[in-house]
Amino acid sequence: MSLASVVASGTPVAQSIFFYLFAAIIVVAALAVVTTKNVVRAALYLITVFAGIVAIYLLLAAEFVAVTQILVYIGAIMVLMLFGIMLTRARIGRDVALTHDNWWIGVATAVLLAGVTGYALLDAFGDDKLPRDTQIKGVAGSNTATVSDVMFQQYLVPFEVVSVLLLAALVGAIVLARKDRG
Amino acid sequence: MLATVASLVQNESSSGNDGLFLNQFLLLGGVLFCIGVYGVLARRNAVMVLMSIELILNAVNINLLAFGAMNNDVAGAVFALFVIAVAAAEVGVGLAIVLIIYRNRHSVDLNDVDAMKG
Repeated sequence: MSLASVVASGTPVAQSIFFYLFAAIIVVAALAVVTTKNVVRAALYLITVFAGIVAIYLLLAAEFVAVTQILVYIGAIMVLMLFGIMLTRARIGRDVALTHDNWWIGVATAVLLAGVTGYALLDAFGDDKLPRDTQIKGVAGSNTATVSDVMFQQYLVPFEVVSVLLLAALVGAIVLARKDRG
Repeated sequence: MLATVASLVQNESSSGNDGLFLNQFLLLGGVLFCIGVYGVLARRNAVMVLMSIELILNAVNINLLAFGAMNNDVAGAVFALFVIAVAAAEVGVGLAIVLIIYRNRHSVDLNDVDAMKG
């Protein structure tokens, strides 16, 4: 299929190119996360996955979620993960036996699950397409402004519940990790 | 050539559903989810299992945002933000638990944590 016919068929070429580029990066890095023999290297591959997902979010015009992903996942969660790796004294080098002996059961489950989900998705959403302009036509003008409007009006109670949950998790983590607990 | 340019201009000005396929994003999310499930099942280091759970949560976020863009609704982004907040809480408590296991047993190997095995 020539480029001209692709353009004429209405598929956005640049968006498709970047989608498949970043999708390939994400899938390869995710496979590396679950197969590498080095814990620290797995954490660095996980950062690659998160960065690729940021690009996917931007393709979906969810810029606020993309920035939050950078701040929370790449910034906070990965630092926490690396702290966990260091504190559990994983050597910077090859670790023996990171994977169960019966890992093939995991492969079978994952492949079966991928087959079922893939079939169900292709069956249910065959040729459905996203709008060419995924910017929400809200009163506020941009997606970020619309997100804030909706979150602090319609979803105010869930928002407060999540903040209480974060506080409880913070207190719980401190209580669990302190050394002098009775 | 002229016809191509004309159709391009027409596509740019139209506002119908003619962007990327919804299934591109859903299948990417599905593949990522399955890779995460494999990681949870096959890894025996507790920190690696937590990383695989992060993969699963990110796959769910891609799906939420794709459906939000499909329906021109911002609720998908709002719920993706909730998922990110809950994931942060989960990692905090999860790593604290892993630290306790390490402190008591000097190992994060999940095969060693079998006190409840019958």
